[in-house]
Amino acid sequence: MNRNAAHPVLRVSSLSRNFGGLRALNDVDLDIRAGEIVALIGPNGAGKTTFFNCVTGIYVPTEGDVFACRPGMETPVRLNGMKPFRITELGLARTFQNIRLFPSMTVLENVMIGRHCRTKAGILGAILRDGRTRAEEQDSVDRAYDLLRELNLAEHWKEEARNLPYGAQRRLEIARALATEPFLLLLDEPAAGMNPQETLELKELVLELREKFRLSVLLIEHDMGMVMSLSDRIFVMEYGSRIAAGTPEEIRHNPEVIRAYLGESDNA
Amino acid sequence: MNVTMRILLRSLMVSAWFVLLTFPVLCVKVAARQHTVTVLWERAVGMFAVMIGCSLLWMWYFHRKEHGAESGSSAVSSALAGFSEKWHGLTSNRVFSSSGMGVLLAVGVLLPLVGSMYQTTIFANAFLYVMLALGLNIAVGIAGQLVLGYAAFYAIGAYAYGLLNQYFGLGFWVCLPLGGLLAALAGLLLGFPVLRLQGDYLAIVTLGFGEIVRLLLNNLRDITGGSQGVASIPRPAFFMELSAEQSMNYMYYLTFAAMLVTIVVVARLKNSRVGLALQALRDDEIASEAMGIDLRTVKLQAFALGSCWAGFAGVLLAARINFISPASFTFMDSAMVLSMVVLGGMGSISGVVVAALVLTLAPEYLRAFSEYRMLLFGALMVLMMIFRPQGLIPSRKRAYSPAGAASGSAEGGRA
Repeated sequence: MNRNAAHPVLRVSSLSRNFGGLRALNDVDLDIRAGEIVALIGPNGAGKTTFFNCVTGIYVPTEGDVFACRPGMETPVRLNGMKPFRITELGLARTFQNIRLFPSMTVLENVMIGRHCRTKAGILGAILRDGRTRAEEQDSVDRAYDLLRELNLAEHWKEEARNLPYGAQRRLEIARALATEPFLLLLDEPAAGMNPQETLELKELVLELREKFRLSVLLIEHDMGMVMSLSDRIFVMEYGSRIAAGTPEEIRHNPEVIRAYLGESDNA
Repeated sequence: MNVTMRILLRSLMVSAWFVLLTFPVLCVKVAARQHTVTVLWERAVGMFAVMIGCSLLWMWYFHRKEHGAESGSSAVSSALAGFSEKWHGLTSNRVFSSSGMGVLLAVGVLLPLVGSMYQTTIFANAFLYVMLALGLNIAVGIAGQLVLGYAAFYAIGAYAYGLLNQYFGLGFWVCLPLGGLLAALAGLLLGFPVLRLQGDYLAIVTLGFGEIVRLLLNNLRDITGGSQGVASIPRPAFFMELSAEQSMNYMYYLTFAAMLVTIVVVARLKNSRVGLALQALRDDEIASEAMGIDLRTVKLQAFALGSCWAGFAGVLLAARINFISPASFTFMDSAMVLSMVVLGGMGSISGVVVAALVLTLAPEYLRAFSEYRMLLFGALMVLMMIFRPQGLIPSRKRAYSPAGAASGSAEGGRA
């Protein structure tokens, strides 16, 4: 397997994060190889979103390391303490658990914001509107529109983002993240609030996008059907610590995981 | 009907309460010299009647708004909506918008030839406020950073010209860019400490900044001349000697040109990559940072781009009225400019221009009501916020034409 020969796209080792006296993350290890879909699951409050926030730069880890490596890159980059926008520039893009679109902007403009870190036009270009600025802008518009088509949102392109139906807003978040040209897509509960049909479509979509954009995916999800059928590997967290890791089949039968989710019959 | 009775009863109570509250002030006339106190009953009754009328109208409106199917379609707001609809129709039509601009330009150019000197003066003043309002519109309307001390940047521009001229003999044309630059620098200086602040906290800090600048100008007497201000600031040089009226007109045209440049540049900034990032900042800071926008850069840009226009306007003001003092840059001025932005429509260029012109020119032409000016102004703001919080001409979405969109290029981008 030449996949394993290269660096993993994301390698997290003994990551911890304290909030005052509370240890929200405790010594968590995780790695994602190129092209893999990895799920992070666990009961509410297990620290999954905190983990996301540490990887994407919203929180600075208290201890441990986060390394990211774009496929084909020689040496991994250490993400600890990097600003979120730098991490996005590097090629990690995320969505949010509680949708965070730009509500008063149009659908197209939302995706164009994703192009921000791949474009250069500055204040002078904006004022002079020279050929290069205009070309760059049209390129952003076209790419954004193509992404919208990819995600079945093209018909909505002129609407304000806040007026989209819920499922479409989730897809728009993914489109916006893809506009930053990531190699690793981090999805925070993408299926939350979706009906089974929509969840199924989302699953197909993620698989399709992985092929098309050569992505690796890390997702937090509570929908077990989706997690089990979609992911290559699963990491399970409880109370800030990793309690299990492995293929869906291994996780399904892991006694630790069953205990965490269903509770223990304590009759020994 | 029951509802009618309830509305009637409430109006009666509201009016009675209003008369009771205002009675001591408005209906009791004390003549201290004669030691007499007269109660103006007829005035109280009159006020009571007027209040009942107003209150009935008010409640009827809201009753209709709540229960009628045609909820938003009251006369006033539908007229306004129709107006902005038409406005957008006009401005998105290329031929019309360019001919409309042509008419405005012609009016602006011809005014000094037709109008009196008084009119030239008040229009030049109005144009300065358009510049100020457009500048503040970048920070408040587009980027969502509530700045309450905007007059400080205006003052920095004006004093930059006044003092640099007084001490170093620098001319107008050198000071114009310098004034803008200094104001932008002041914007950055203010921007750094408030990078982490939002909303109310930002408003308080910027309010404080405005006061600090004003107090500094007031109290650094040795440098700024204190409350005496800086006097005899020269007009910009021209190729020949100008009479008083000619030089007035010259200043008018300069201000007019500066306003046009401001309109074009701010409109272009808004419709650009930078402007889009500013709007993202307004909508959601966390999301914009996660999407690869450097918050620090964009916020500082918002402050610098917003404040530099006040700097330019300040230099123009100093050159036009030849005398500046801290009294011209109070919180009232900041509030006035902010009202223009809010009244015109946050982020809307044409709306802010119209609002700035209306709010500066109306008081001049309504001198007859000058005593009630602030009262009318307050009432106008209250009514606007209730009936049309999005402003006179709400910000329009920009039209894009993606290569793949079938219906793309012909239509505007409004959904």
